Amino acid sequence: MEAIAQSPARAVKAPVFRICSITGLRVEANAEMLIRANAVVAVIFLAIGGLFGLSVALTRWPAVHLLPAEWFYIALTAHGADVLLFWILFFEVAVLYFASSTLLNSRLAAPRIAWVGFALMVVGALMANVAVLQGESTVMFTSYPPMQAKPHFYLGLVLFAVGALIACMIFFATLVIAKEEKTYEGSIPLVTFGALTAAIIAVFTIASGAIILIPTFLWSVGLISTIDPLTYKLVWWAMGHSSQQINVSVHVAVWYAIVAMVLGAKPLSEKVSRMAFLMYILFLQLASAHHMLVEPGISSEWKIFNTSYALYLAVLGSLIHGMTVPGAIEAAQRKKGFSRGIFEWLRKAPWGNPAFAGMFLSLVMFGFIGGISGVVLGTEQLNILMHNTIYVPGHFHGTVVAGTTLAFMAVTYLLVPLYFKREIILPGLARWQPYLFGFGVAGISLFMMGAGTLGVPRRHWDITFSDAQMVYSFSPAAFLMMTLNGIAAVIASLGGIAYVVIVVGSILFGKRIPDGKERAPFEAPPVGNAVGQYGNAGTFHLPGTLVLVGVFFLSFVLYYYVNWKYLAQVWPLK
Amino acid sequence: MAIHPPVTRIWWREPVAKMEIFWIAIAFAWGLVMFSTMVAWHIWGEQNLANEAYRVNPEAYVARVEAMADKYKVREEGDSGVPVVHPPPGSDVYLLARLWQWWPVLELEKGKSYRLHLSSADWQHGFSLVPTNINIQVHPGYEMVVTMRPSESGTFGIICNEFCGIGHHTMAGKIHVVDR
Repeated sequence: MEAIAQSPARAVKAPVFRICSITGLRVEANAEMLIRANAVVAVIFLAIGGLFGLSVALTRWPAVHLLPAEWFYIALTAHGADVLLFWILFFEVAVLYFASSTLLNSRLAAPRIAWVGFALMVVGALMANVAVLQGESTVMFTSYPPMQAKPHFYLGLVLFAVGALIACMIFFATLVIAKEEKTYEGSIPLVTFGALTAAIIAVFTIASGAIILIPTFLWSVGLISTIDPLTYKLVWWAMGHSSQQINVSVHVAVWYAIVAMVLGAKPLSEKVSRMAFLMYILFLQLASAHHMLVEPGISSEWKIFNTSYALYLAVLGSLIHGMTVPGAIEAAQRKKGFSRGIFEWLRKAPWGNPAFAGMFLSLVMFGFIGGISGVVLGTEQLNILMHNTIYVPGHFHGTVVAGTTLAFMAVTYLLVPLYFKREIILPGLARWQPYLFGFGVAGISLFMMGAGTLGVPRRHWDITFSDAQMVYSFSPAAFLMMTLNGIAAVIASLGGIAYVVIVVGSILFGKRIPDGKERAPFEAPPVGNAVGQYGNAGTFHLPGTLVLVGVFFLSFVLYYYVNWKYLAQVWPLK
Repeated sequence: MAIHPPVTRIWWREPVAKMEIFWIAIAFAWGLVMFSTMVAWHIWGEQNLANEAYRVNPEAYVARVEAMADKYKVREEGDSGVPVVHPPPGSDVYLLARLWQWWPVLELEKGKSYRLHLSSADWQHGFSLVPTNINIQVHPGYEMVVTMRPSESGTFGIICNEFCGIGHHTMAGKIHVVDR
C-alpha cells in the first residue's frame, strides 16, 4: 500500500491516503475502513432480509403457502425492517463517506465518533431483529398503535436512528473540513451534492422518527397512556416516506456516479441537475400525506396540496433527472463516436458491465414502474382504489428495490475494487446478475400491482379465507397474479443470492489489485483527466433521449387517466 | 464529470440547453394538470371522500352499532348468526370493525344513498370493499362518515387490509345490495 502523508495544518495525526489504481481516486484509511464495515453489514442485512422476503412471497404463492400464519407475519415484519431500513441505510452511510471523503479527497471527520455511530446502528438493528424474532413484536414495519410491540423493538429503532444521525453529522463535518483544508477547488461535485441532499433530508427524517418513536417507546413501557393513531401515522410517515426520498436522492447520485465512472459522462447542466436535487429538499417532506388520503378527519385541501408535493414540484425533480441522466449517457456515447441513428449510443452501451447494466435498469424501472405508480397511488381520489391493497408493495418494490437496491448493487461492482482492492470474481455471473435481479423485481412489482387492482390486500396470510367465518372468493386472475409474483420473487432471489455470492466471494477471494497497475474486468477509465466544459458543450443533439422521455411521458399520461376511468366506475361516494 | 467539482467555476451561469428547458416546461405543466385533475374531480367527479369525521369513544360507538342492528335486523347469516341489517335508504348506517370481523352484515338498496359510519372498537383496520375497490382506513376513536350509493346489485365482500394481528386474514364481512 502506498501511503502518502499529507500535512494539513491542524490535523494532529496526518491522514493516510492511498491511490486506487483503477480510478485514480485517493482513498483515506479511516474512510476506507468505515466504508468497508458499513458495506459489509449492509450486504449481510440484505441477505437476511431478502430471505425473509422470499419466504413471504412463497407464502403468498397460493399453491406453496410456505409459512404458518404466525411466522408469515414475523417474517414480513423482519423483511421490512431488514431490507427497507437496515440494508439501505448501512449502504447509504458507505455512500455518504464515499461522496465526502473520497470524492473530495479529504480525511474523514472524527473517525472515532463515526465508529460509535456505526456501533449504535449495529446494536439497534440487532435489537430490533431479536425483538421481532421473539414473536411478541409482530407489528409490521409500520407498527401502528394501538397495536403494541415490546419496548426493545422501538428502542432498537431509536438507537439505529441515532447512529444514522451521527453518520450524517460526520458527513457534514467532512464537507466542512474539506472546504477548510482546500482539498478541492470550486463547488462540490454533483454526486456529493446529491449525497448532501440526502443527508439534509435524513436529518428531517430522523427527527420525525425520534418525535414519534420515543413517545411510542415510553408508551410501551407504560409511562404514557395512549398514542393517538392518526397523529402517529402522520408523524411516523414523515419519517417513513421522507426516508424513501433519502433513497431517491442517494440512488440518483449513484446513477450520476456510475455514468461518470464507467462512461466518463458529464452532467448536461450542473445547474439543472442541482436544482432538481434542491426540489427534493424543499418538497419531499410533504410525502407523509400519501399515507393519509383515506384517513378520517383530514381535509381534502390539505390532502391535495401535500400529496402533490405542492404542485408536483418534487416529482418535477425526478422527471428532470429522468432526462438528464440518460442525456448524459447519450452525450458521452456520441462523443465517443456512437452517433449513428437515434439509438446507436444505447445499443453500443456497455451492457456487459454490471455496474452500467444495473444502473440503467434501475433508471428505467424506477421511472416506468415505481415512479408512475407512485404518482397514481398518491393521487387523492385514486388512492381509494388501491389503498393498502398489494398494489402498494408493488409500487414500492418498483422504487426501493428496482430503483434503489439495484442501483446500490450496480455501484458495488465499482466500490469493491476501490475499497477492498479485489477484483470481482465470477465475471460471467456478475454480467447476468443485474438482469436476473432486475427482471425478477420488475415481475414482483408488476404482478403485485396487478393483484392489487383486483383488490388483493397486502400483509395478508390467506386470501382463500379458509378459516374465516365469512368468505370472499377472489377471481382466478388474482390467484394467477400471486403465483406469478411468487415465481418472479424466486428469480429476483436468485439474482440477490448471486449478488451476495459475488460480493462476499470477491472480498474474500478476489484477485488482489496491486496499487497502480491491474484493472478490474470492467472498463473504468481513469477519472483524473476530466476535460472540457459542461457536459452538453458541443454535443447537444440528443434525439435518443428525447424519444425515451417522450415514450415515458405518454405512458405516464395514459396510465394516469386509465386509473381515473376505473375510478369513475366505482360506487359514488361523497 | 459528476464526481468532480464543476469545471466551470461559476456553474450557475452556464447556459441551459433548449431541450432541457423544453422538458422542464412540459413536466411542470403536467404537474399542474395532475393537480387540477384532483381539484376538478371534487367539482365534477362522483367519487370523493367526505371530510366529515368525529372523535368517538369506542364503547359508545359499539353501542350505537348494536342499537341500529337491533332496530333494522331482518335475518341472520352464517353459522355464527351474524345479523343482517336492512336500514332505510338515506339513513345513517353504522359498521363496526373489531378483532376480527366486520359487524353486522348490511343489506342496502341499489341506487339509494346511505350515510355509512366507520369506526373500530380496538385496533386499526382497513375497510376494503371487493371487487368494487373502495378502500378506507378505519381508526379506533375516530368515526368517519361516507355517503355511499351502491350502483350495482349483488353480494360484496368487505375484507380487512390493515394488518390487525394473528387473525387478520380471517376478518371478512359482507354487504348485500338488492334491487328494490
